[in-house]
Amino acid sequence: MIKRLVLGEAGIGVALVVLAGFFVLAAPNFATEQNLRNIMTQITLNTVLAVGMTFVILVGGIDLSVGSSMALCAVVSGTMMAGSSSPATLIGAILVSVLVGGVVGWLNGFISEQWRVPSFIVTLAMLNIARGAAERYTDAATIYNLPAALNDFGTLTLIGIPAVFWVAVLLAGAGWFVLSRTVFGRLIYATGNNEEAVRLSGHKTSRIKIAAFVIAGFTVGIAAILYMARLNIASPILGQGYELNAIAAVVIGGASLMGGRGSMVGTFLGACLLGVLTNGLLLMGVSDFERQIITGLVILVAVVLDAYRLRLARKLAVTQPAQPAAPNPVAS
Amino acid sequence: MMRVTGLVKRFPGVVALDGVDLDIRAGEIHALVGENGAGKSTLVKALAGIHPPDGGSMTLDGRPYKPGSAADGLAAGISVVHQELALLPYLTVAENLFLRALPRKAGVVDRRRLRTDAAALLAEIGLDVAPDTPVERLGIAQMQLVEIAKAISTEARLLIMDEPTATLTSRESGRLFGILRGLRERGVAIVYISHHLQEVLELADRVTVLRNGRSVVSRPMAGVTAPDLVRAMVGRDLAQEYPPLPERAAGEEMLKVTGLRVSGFDGPLSFSVRAGEVVGFAGLVGAGRTEAMRAIFGADTALAGTIELHGRKVRVRHPKDAVRHGISLLTEDRKSQGLVLDLPISANVTLAKLRGALLSFKRERALAQQYGSRLHLRSAGVSQHVRTLSGGNQQKVVLAKWLNAGSDVLIVDEPTRGIDVGAKYEIHELLLGLAAEGKALLVVSSDLPELMGICDRILVFSRGKIAGEVARADFDAEHILTLAYSGYLKNGEKP
Ligand SMILES: Nc1ncnc2c1ncn2[C@@H]1O[C@H](COP(=O)(O)OP(=O)(O)OP(=O)(O)O)[C@@H](O)[C@H]1O
Ligand SMILES: [Mg+2]
Repeated sequence: MIKRLVLGEAGIGVALVVLAGFFVLAAPNFATEQNLRNIMTQITLNTVLAVGMTFVILVGGIDLSVGSSMALCAVVSGTMMAGSSSPATLIGAILVSVLVGGVVGWLNGFISEQWRVPSFIVTLAMLNIARGAAERYTDAATIYNLPAALNDFGTLTLIGIPAVFWVAVLLAGAGWFVLSRTVFGRLIYATGNNEEAVRLSGHKTSRIKIAAFVIAGFTVGIAAILYMARLNIASPILGQGYELNAIAAVVIGGASLMGGRGSMVGTFLGACLLGVLTNGLLLMGVSDFERQIITGLVILVAVVLDAYRLRLARKLAVTQPAQPAAPNPVAS
Repeated sequence: MMRVTGLVKRFPGVVALDGVDLDIRAGEIHALVGENGAGKSTLVKALAGIHPPDGGSMTLDGRPYKPGSAADGLAAGISVVHQELALLPYLTVAENLFLRALPRKAGVVDRRRLRTDAAALLAEIGLDVAPDTPVERLGIAQMQLVEIAKAISTEARLLIMDEPTATLTSRESGRLFGILRGLRERGVAIVYISHHLQEVLELADRVTVLRNGRSVVSRPMAGVTAPDLVRAMVGRDLAQEYPPLPERAAGEEMLKVTGLRVSGFDGPLSFSVRAGEVVGFAGLVGAGRTEAMRAIFGADTALAGTIELHGRKVRVRHPKDAVRHGISLLTEDRKSQGLVLDLPISANVTLAKLRGALLSFKRERALAQQYGSRLHLRSAGVSQHVRTLSGGNQQKVVLAKWLNAGSDVLIVDEPTRGIDVGAKYEIHELLLGLAAEGKALLVVSSDLPELMGICDRILVFSRGKIAGEVARADFDAEHILTLAYSGYLKNGEKP
């Protein structure tokens, strides 16, 4: 099992090592302890969002609303705890953030299941709604006076590793466990592969799919808190474009947008790869524009390589490790 | 015309073809038989250019034939009806039929010609659906007929059919045989794969038997009997075709359906099944048997009707309700409704009975192994993905899934579709064993001899109504067929 898991994500793992090796040689100050910590902090948010996004993509959906929804979570919980130093308020605000995220996720899932609308459309609408709601909530103002305890957590390190990154790692670990060890995880994969067969085996596939969106919503709520912990502000315009980075991490990690194929380990490595790339290029002094081009190219190369690997595997009919392959239209 | 020598094809963990010799001549119907997993479909895919072989050679008209893709096969005049259907569900029947060469007028698709051409083809094959029907609305037998019509329309020199009649009733099969004989007259070579040996005896000029990826016999049909074929395929004799019915006392009434009506069919349907009873459902393709069973299971919504289990009324609005109440439905279409193709065998076997929060891989594997050996599943291990199993072995996995669910009422729609003769006997034995344990079995099958072989009584559907009921003592194929046709004749139409 372990061997198969590793084999499955071997490609992206190798890519990550090669890339890091390249930056060690080419980018000044890349291989310093401080920079490693920087990278970890920088990839935290994307990792957390990508964990939830993995569930959604595995059931064949997509969530474009995470960036906006994160802003909504932040302003609602930020308003609640601003100026307060009571731990109870802080904990309450964290729960509210997760709850708001969960509700938005539930709406996404419920609407697309109830009326059979592709989640692409539903979450595109939600992207606008949540952003508008966030701006309306604070009258477009930014919240500054967040609790000091939150900020302390944002700068805390444990065994030399940023606490916020620990949260991301824990979430990814929990996601891995759910996906690969639980009945619910099995049903997520199965539903993404052949929803009708799962329904006819006596499972409510709608519930499974809605649950995936709710999980994504929870991770959005957590990401909002981590954002505030790090930057010490909550703004209704935060998180723009975050959805695309999360999707990129999941896809680089080997997931199929058709659903049914992907893994948490892949997603985690995908997020790391994107983070290392951004950081390394920055240190090399590559301009913003060029960085964007290179990041885009890396995404392209990753998915093309993955498709190629899949075709090869299919040809040899190697039973795909870790988890499933994309649906094949050819008669078998 | 086509000569195959020493063909070898390996997959990781399996040698699918291990030296196959085959000689196909123009104007002959060449039957290909063998057990599940013997390599028939793999051979077909090698001929069609889908799987390039690892060894051996093929020649076409004496020249080397090395197709690199399915397109090469088509260009060489080879047309295939694959075992698993591959129609485009959202396109219409007509579009699917002529997808390769849509009729055009001034650069755009000539809709009118498309429709008339399609209608003519459908009439020839005897499929009574409008050319504009989207394929997803068809039953599996109707889809099968569309695939056949599509292959026939290409005017191929070599026509290969991989179990075309697995879901067809004798009416459609009969018509297909007529068409195949006509094509033979015109010099077309036909390779015909089937587990129905009767068909092979009736139709073929020559036969090749595959066993474990090797061609063990290749000879003219003259003088060959069914037991000969079985012996060549399985390597031993089969005592009889159907197992003896077990002794059972008539149990309580287990399932009672009253006034069931499903959309698109006349109905209403009422019948009941006792514990320990095996009830067969006969009828022509499209008679509404599958639709009725799906409604009972909650897969589709019934318009009206009640279902009682053990004398208590139950509401089944979703398959989940059905499974909870102890009703199982093995669907006719394994690929799109029965299996999660990209998950391993073990995950498919447990799919209908996943309880609790955590998976137990050990128990799951043990279960899958146990069913695997009971059903003679041929695989490289229980973690092999179902997609890469042979058709008959995939069917065994679906069967294992529902056996594992352990329901009181087991509805099976085409349970032995694509299953070889040896395994068929064992599956029948298994089903009868369940009946002996006191379960209620509802068997839908297009194979009338199968129904007559294992059922206590048969309900005959005709045009969405129950046209009659026949008890085992009165089983008579002709009588049952007459009943099956009756609903269509009353309206003054020819079947
Ligand atoms: N793509 C593949 N990858 C791995 N194994 C395969 C693949 N395709 C076929 N096999 C294996 O090759 C063997 C032969 O399969 P094939 O489909 O040719 O059998 P068949 O004679 O058509 O059986 P059936 O009567 O059940 O349709 C089987 O053991 C099957 O599991
Ligand atoms: Mg086959």
